[in-house]
Amino acid sequence: MSNAVLWAPLAFGLIGLFLPSRLSGWWAALGAAVTLALAAYLAIDLDTGAGLQHVTDITWISGLGVHYSIGVDGLNVFLVLLTAVVWLPATAFAAAREQDRGRLFFLMLLLGETATLGSFLAQDLLLFVLFFDLMLVPFYFLFGAWGEDRPGTTAVGATTKMIVFTLFGSLLMLVGAIATGILASDGDITFSIAELQQRTLGAGSQDWLFWFFAVAFLVKMPAFLLHGWFPDAYRVAPLAALAVFSAVLSKVGAYGFLRVVLPLFPDATVEFQEIVLVIALASILYGSVMAFTQTDLRLVAGYSSVAQLGFITAGVFALRPDGADGAILQMVNHGLVVAPLLLIIAILSERTGREDLRELGGYAVRAPVLASLFLIVALATLAMPGSANFIGEFYILTALFQAKIVYALVASAGVVLAAYYGLRLYQRTMHNRLPAGIEPRDVSVHDGLLVGGLVAVILALALYPNAVLSKTDDAARASVAGFAPEPGPTLSRAPE
Amino acid sequence: MSFDAPAVDYAGISPLIALTAGICVVLLAGVFDRVRGMVPGLTLLALAAAAGLLVWQWGEDKALVAGALRLDELATAIGLLAVGAAIVALLLSLGEEPAVHRAGVGEYHTLLLGSVLGMLLLAQASNLVSFFVSLETLSIPLYVLCATNLARVESLESGLKYLIIGSLGSATLLYGLAFIYGGSGSTDFAEIGQGISQEGVLGDPLVLVGIALVATGLAFKISIAPFHQWTPDVYQGAPTPITAFMAVATKAAAFAIFIRFFVVALAPESGDWDVALALLAAVSIIVGNVGALGQDSLKRLLGYSGIAQAGYILGGLAVASEAGVSAIVFYLVVYAFMNMAAFAVIVARERETPLGDDIGAVAGLGGERPALAWPLTISMLALTGLPGTAGFVGKLYLIEALVEGEFTWLAVFIAVGTMISLAYYLRVVAAVWMRPATTPGPRRTAGEMPAIAGGSPEADPLDPRAGSRWYLAGPAILMAAATVFFGIVPQPLVDFAQQAGAALF
Repeated sequence: MSNAVLWAPLAFGLIGLFLPSRLSGWWAALGAAVTLALAAYLAIDLDTGAGLQHVTDITWISGLGVHYSIGVDGLNVFLVLLTAVVWLPATAFAAAREQDRGRLFFLMLLLGETATLGSFLAQDLLLFVLFFDLMLVPFYFLFGAWGEDRPGTTAVGATTKMIVFTLFGSLLMLVGAIATGILASDGDITFSIAELQQRTLGAGSQDWLFWFFAVAFLVKMPAFLLHGWFPDAYRVAPLAALAVFSAVLSKVGAYGFLRVVLPLFPDATVEFQEIVLVIALASILYGSVMAFTQTDLRLVAGYSSVAQLGFITAGVFALRPDGADGAILQMVNHGLVVAPLLLIIAILSERTGREDLRELGGYAVRAPVLASLFLIVALATLAMPGSANFIGEFYILTALFQAKIVYALVASAGVVLAAYYGLRLYQRTMHNRLPAGIEPRDVSVHDGLLVGGLVAVILALALYPNAVLSKTDDAARASVAGFAPEPGPTLSRAPE
Repeated sequence: MSFDAPAVDYAGISPLIALTAGICVVLLAGVFDRVRGMVPGLTLLALAAAAGLLVWQWGEDKALVAGALRLDELATAIGLLAVGAAIVALLLSLGEEPAVHRAGVGEYHTLLLGSVLGMLLLAQASNLVSFFVSLETLSIPLYVLCATNLARVESLESGLKYLIIGSLGSATLLYGLAFIYGGSGSTDFAEIGQGISQEGVLGDPLVLVGIALVATGLAFKISIAPFHQWTPDVYQGAPTPITAFMAVATKAAAFAIFIRFFVVALAPESGDWDVALALLAAVSIIVGNVGALGQDSLKRLLGYSGIAQAGYILGGLAVASEAGVSAIVFYLVVYAFMNMAAFAVIVARERETPLGDDIGAVAGLGGERPALAWPLTISMLALTGLPGTAGFVGKLYLIEALVEGEFTWLAVFIAVGTMISLAYYLRVVAAVWMRPATTPGPRRTAGEMPAIAGGSPEADPLDPRAGSRWYLAGPAILMAAATVFFGIVPQPLVDFAQQAGAALF
């Protein structure tokens, strides 16, 4: 079953190459819808507490000990679902628009979905690295060939920079993954994550292996100091592709910490906990400050992601069950808010030809539907009490308070800053005076349904966050089981 | 008085016989006007026969010609690779009017077969004499082939440069072989191993100097930095089909003897030379990748990339393990697929546009020429080592061998080198998909390259349909398809490489 989810997008993409160009977009959207249905089945069918399910495990390269091994458990099931949920509106959004070289565009978009699903589903370390690297290929083409040149940067230049940055991390991770398998081997080499978890690595090896993985993940997020590639990439990218990129790909990094780093390198994790926490807090502060000083809409969304990913990383590195729970919930939440946010930006940009806060405003008067959708998204972004984001951040902060109180205090500042940049974004586009030259029109039915669908998911999750928490809890606990010496009062279930 | 005729294992040397017979027939056929048109066909026949006989001999492990040659899976694997590369080069040479016809059809193809013969011999050589003779059999035809485009000053320069540098390399090697013979008292690889293991390499400065000189000589052939300076110029100047053949087959054959000589003859002392080889590999990775960064000529770019790739491959030899040798064989095969796909596209664009091998010649291909754009793209992504291609599995294989052999630092060098290489490989991909097609201006070649020796480069005919001809599009698509196929289903190739690697251990 997990195979079907994984390969359905690519299969649709390849068949789409042989269809007439005008149909390829809708065909791709159908592919994304089928994937969503399959992923939803996986999520509903998941038996909490039964460990890995829907497992496929066959030897891929026997001489090298590499297995094609995929499966679903509480840790990845909602990220798989998030991927499928976000990809459908983004694909349909692009399908409704004329795309140059459309067949190729949608092939790349769907290849991106398969690669992303693959990195969530992979249970073999090398397979994980493979899909992690593979994600870059479609987005290289999507950003480079369909992006737009901006003042100061070209699409090709920005994309190349992105690839070099992220591959730097993931190539070291490839070496690290191979070294992990070999150093931990007792005779037979394996890269199975579950198997490796049983074997222990020497503390000295863990130290450098930890960083080989951590750098790859932190670049992907991106975290502060390793984010050099992202502003240019965000500025040139086509927005439909950027929506899925920002919503899902950044989560692979945070997920990698939970799936790989914490279980395999526990000693190093404890040793470097504070360094990563400092990086996470710096990301929160830097991202927030940048988000409320930038005027380019894409960059506001981008820097807010940096801050949110900082939050998620802090949650993971609290090394407590509620922190991990909150991190997973927050990964889903953030994906769900940033995708509609970028689609709304795309709509605004299409209508007005402007992507700068200073040149926008007053849009709400004539576009009440768009404005309401935007308002819900903005309120969710700033983690309004009642939203699932609030619960996610609450969990993370609780865990941080119990683990390292100083960091928790600083992280709390991020919550306040989020309110500022979230409201500023909404206010400066939708309220204020309507600038000359803009004729506001409300969102089209098609786009309204796409954004509205995502907003509906946000609302549903706000009403019943336990849908996620109850299924992820066991797996989240397992990945931080080696830590948290004294069991403090933990929130294992959300208030119902 | 009885006379014992030496036993000749005709089955074992049958591939060599096929090639030698092919050389005679092709050379003669080239002389007569009436059969001259059949020369490429006859060459293909000889190569196909050699390939078939090699496949038939797969799995044999025996000494030939009184121990001068050794036929085992490693030799057969590399032989097959060389023959395969020659077949592709032959296809690419169809329609390469200037080079082939100015030099003479018969001679061109004879030289190609002669070089392949040298490669087969070199892969099997297990004696200092056969080592050197086969290396020269391989090299001398190549010096001439590089210069076959008589009307281009660059082609002549390329041939001359290759001749001088190649001779220097050969001389260094020969000098080294003499030292080793002096130090060990034997010309047979296995006996050399026994001879020097008695007192150790470090105990005998003669042998130590010999090893250093042999490594240097071979590094010239493989174009390992810092002995690489000839590579970009020669690659750029030579007719492109020959460049493709050199890049793939020469490298494979030279690596075969590098492996056999170091692993068989010098194995007992691997602790003394492994770090030196690893350092050479590291230097090569950096020099090659940095050198390729600013290149606008695709052939030069692939030349520098070849230096870096040779560095990766040399890492597999530094660990001197079975896994390392298997990884080398695997990578060499994959390298052949990747490079041949790229060269086929370059040849096609050279004949279609007046831009030569400039990166502008492939700009904008993505929009209208998928049959050329995809092979080039796949080749570049595979050379980078991105997943979904055999290049990824090749790197995986090498890195695993390196980490197992406790050369993790070299694996990190490979990772860093790969990161640098992204910048130039992706530049080609970006040109194909993200740049508008270059409008061909006046022929770029006219001003810069003077016409000499009775021909003029301006007269080289263009073939606007070159990219859709079967002998160019076919290899390009086939090689790219193989690159992707073995990226997804690597097991058959891994088995092949493991058998070849196991032959020496």
